[in-house]
Amino acid sequence: MEVLSFLADGILVALEPINLLLILIGVTVGLFIGAMPGLGSVNGVAILLPITFLVPPGSAIIFLAAIYYGAMYGGAISSITMGIPGASTAVATTFDGRPLALQGRASLALVTAALASFVGGTVANILFTLFAPLLANMALSFGPPEIFALMLLAFATFVGLGGDDIPKTIFSICLGLVLATVGFDTISGEPRLVLFDIQGFLRGIGFIVLAIGVYGIGEMLWTIEQTRGEVTTTNPKMTAKGMLSDTKEAVRRGWKGTWIGSILGFFVGVLPAAGATPGSLMSYGVAKMVSKNRDEYGKGSPDGVAAPEAANNAASTGSMLPMLTLGIPGSPTTAILLGGMVIWGLTPGPRLFVDESEFVWGLIGSFYISNIAALFINLAFIPLFVWMLRMPFTILAPLIFVLSIVGGFAASRSLHDLWLIVIFGLAAFFLRKFDYPLAPAVLAIVLGPIAEPTMRQSLLLSSGDPMIFFTRPIAGPITVIAIILILLPAIKLLRPKRSKGAA
Amino acid sequence: MRQGEISLAGLLALFSMYLMWKSTELPIGYIRGQGPGGGFWPFWLSVGMLLSCVAIAWNWWRGKSPASVSDEPLMDDFGWRSVILVGGGIVGFVALIAIVSMYGAVGLFLVYYLRFLGRHSWMLTLTMAVTLPFALFFFFEGAMQISMPQGLPFTQPFFDLMYDIIY
Amino acid sequence: MKLTKRFFLGMAAGTALATLPISALAQEWQPKRPIDFTIMAGPGGGADQIARFVQSVVEANDMMSRPLVPTNRGGGSGAESLLHLKDARDADHTLMVTLNSFYTTPIRQEGLGVDIEAFTPITMMGVDPFVLWVHKDSGITTFEEFIAKVKEMDGEYVMGGTGTGQEDSIVIAYMSGAFGLDIKYIPYDGGGAVAKDLAGQQIMATVNNPAEAKGFYEAGDFVPLLVFSDERMETFPDVPTMKEKGHDFSYYNQRAIVGAPGMSDEAAAYYRDVFGKVYESEDWQSYLTSESLSPLPMDEAQTRAYWATQVANHRKLLSEIDG
Repeated sequence: MEVLSFLADGILVALEPINLLLILIGVTVGLFIGAMPGLGSVNGVAILLPITFLVPPGSAIIFLAAIYYGAMYGGAISSITMGIPGASTAVATTFDGRPLALQGRASLALVTAALASFVGGTVANILFTLFAPLLANMALSFGPPEIFALMLLAFATFVGLGGDDIPKTIFSICLGLVLATVGFDTISGEPRLVLFDIQGFLRGIGFIVLAIGVYGIGEMLWTIEQTRGEVTTTNPKMTAKGMLSDTKEAVRRGWKGTWIGSILGFFVGVLPAAGATPGSLMSYGVAKMVSKNRDEYGKGSPDGVAAPEAANNAASTGSMLPMLTLGIPGSPTTAILLGGMVIWGLTPGPRLFVDESEFVWGLIGSFYISNIAALFINLAFIPLFVWMLRMPFTILAPLIFVLSIVGGFAASRSLHDLWLIVIFGLAAFFLRKFDYPLAPAVLAIVLGPIAEPTMRQSLLLSSGDPMIFFTRPIAGPITVIAIILILLPAIKLLRPKRSKGAA
Repeated sequence: MRQGEISLAGLLALFSMYLMWKSTELPIGYIRGQGPGGGFWPFWLSVGMLLSCVAIAWNWWRGKSPASVSDEPLMDDFGWRSVILVGGGIVGFVALIAIVSMYGAVGLFLVYYLRFLGRHSWMLTLTMAVTLPFALFFFFEGAMQISMPQGLPFTQPFFDLMYDIIY
Repeated sequence: MKLTKRFFLGMAAGTALATLPISALAQEWQPKRPIDFTIMAGPGGGADQIARFVQSVVEANDMMSRPLVPTNRGGGSGAESLLHLKDARDADHTLMVTLNSFYTTPIRQEGLGVDIEAFTPITMMGVDPFVLWVHKDSGITTFEEFIAKVKEMDGEYVMGGTGTGQEDSIVIAYMSGAFGLDIKYIPYDGGGAVAKDLAGQQIMATVNNPAEAKGFYEAGDFVPLLVFSDERMETFPDVPTMKEKGHDFSYYNQRAIVGAPGMSDEAAAYYRDVFGKVYESEDWQSYLTSESLSPLPMDEAQTRAYWATQVANHRKLLSEIDG
């Protein structure tokens, strides 16, 4: 096969000493940037962009891709150890990663995340290598109605996520969706919901602000109040043997989620408007849906860590695809990579694979190598992250607060948003006391900004006719499946009542 | 708890109504031939929030949710005290950023938390409160090239000195 | 409080003046802190690319003693950036990379209270022309065929763009008015998304900066029909201009660097010197060619005059859209 010989050449390029060195440095730097709450791959790639002037373009993009990979691995670390999703792609990782860490099984969660990320990345790389042009066409056939249908599906997979109290769950979803509309309405080009006419709201409310508020401040306050400040996470000493048994357990209890995440994450990641976040959320939802022990989810299921982690790595490879083949970035990070390619005088787009084939295959080869490097570097650092958790809680807690505030500023660059983080944090604490589930609000603020504009774009296309979601060949089936999934719990809810009545 | 549940629902209902009112600045209806207006999505979702609050109140009245039948206080004295001390500390932290810069605020917050809440030794407190801001400075300003807030002008000479060191 | 702050700043400036010979001022001023390099749009767009390109050139050639810190503040169609500059804490270290929302946003959102003429002109890096594109499968190859098609579809012809009040919508609105066209306009949140949906034929035509459609044009997927520049563009020598079609209209997206209001003359002179060097660098000149930007070098007075005419023009164009 022609593709394989190209790939072999590409891997050889990536294995050149300078490139290999750049990969190792890039992955390590990326891992730590990703592990900081608030900082993600986009920061890492952005600051290192100018440095790449010092090396040839081929090596430069390999370096940036390595940072990207490292940061995707690193995102799981803050989700698991601190319970704060460092990036929107790692939200779902907190659902089960954090409970595992609180049970003293942080190393299991971290190992699972690393292995799942590796498999996700590898599966995505193989799919990428074999089907790149085909997948680019698939991405093009997704217009606004299809993306909206996909968002509906993402919501549908999450119906069961909330607590037992249905009105409170609905409240939380609606709240997240409304907060997502604050700021500016792109469709009409007008400012919207500028709360209390404070100009700071013009920039909207970012996901990261709500997430850091809810998880970094609210959840921490709740933990302090519940445990009276006496948190003890019993952690066995990290030993090589312990890691080995964790690895075995991770494989045994996380393989299912890993596969679901790898495949689903990649395909959703390929779609430019969707990207890694919906990919990881949907994978979590689907993994839970098909699981036999659904009750384990949210309480520390390795599958629940594996699915989103496999998905976000698969999706990050996936989102490289539209960037390279179409010149369209699927995420802010790939947007900056795209800028980098323009700086180096490369034109991403349909001709890139033909005109610059050596560059493209060198990059793809580096994905494979970065992925392997990231796995081992990540595993090597796990004892360090677990050790951090063994600090006395009265030291760990202020550190988490400091990192939340500093990271929140790094992500938003605005004092206004820091106040919002504090307000959300305090509000989240009280809501939590009264059993309002908040994960649905966090999900809603991630998906809302994609769902609302695509819905309105679709309706503009159809002159206001909602049938557009049902009659298009791709959107139609997805919408129908989503609606069935949403109605399913409602039907189930009715059934026990009826059987009771019969009995 | 019982009283808290209904008060919170009332508060959230008020907030929903504010959001509904604010949404009406843009058209909230279905515009013929164009689909929903700019206020449609937030308005009807705020209605959803309001209805949820009504449902929560209904459950409260019927005594369906755990909180609505609990006579326990929301938190005991110890709970209130730790929440106020920690929460207040964070509020103070953010308020200080605009005055003594991010790094100064980090240092002061650490002193407050480690020494007065955590009852750690002065030795440990001061080591952390001094090293962490410096470490963060080198990480953010030096490595990541992200400028943190610098507070009022009196901190400027210090920052200028630090910049001379790192660049 | 304000009084004391001003007083201190004045004192500082006074001492600086007293200790330095006047002639040396322009050379002597050096940035003391990292420079806030605000980008008026989100990551990935034209303005973002340019900002990062400029930053890279500055850094690679070691042109400044302090780093430029690019920060995307695209909220509220650039309103966030404008407010950030207007209230800049340290005007001497605050710059912004603009696009045309520099003119349109203060007009459309009067509540902001931003007067752009108070900003400090630094360097005009170039202007980005607009091109009307269709997909090759539509079979349309000339502007006349396009007009005929749009009229035939009678309100069902779909174009995509970056939002009402944005640059491309102004061009489309003018074109619709001039030729009596009824076009269905779908707003997206970025030029990349628009180009993708034209490639996937979700929409039928767009008006875009050439850079955003370049990859698809080179692959033969997009067909340029009309350019909105003053003269024909070198990249597309066979494509007619709007002026040739009998309407005196041209429209460019400005790619300029401006300073915060109240920036000192010394600082402004320093930045003009640095970015002037960037502008003349080989890197930038080849970027201008490859991304089809037009040069439009201007000094400070010319820039101020240019701003005034642009504000007047945009006020007129926007009132035609909204009215």
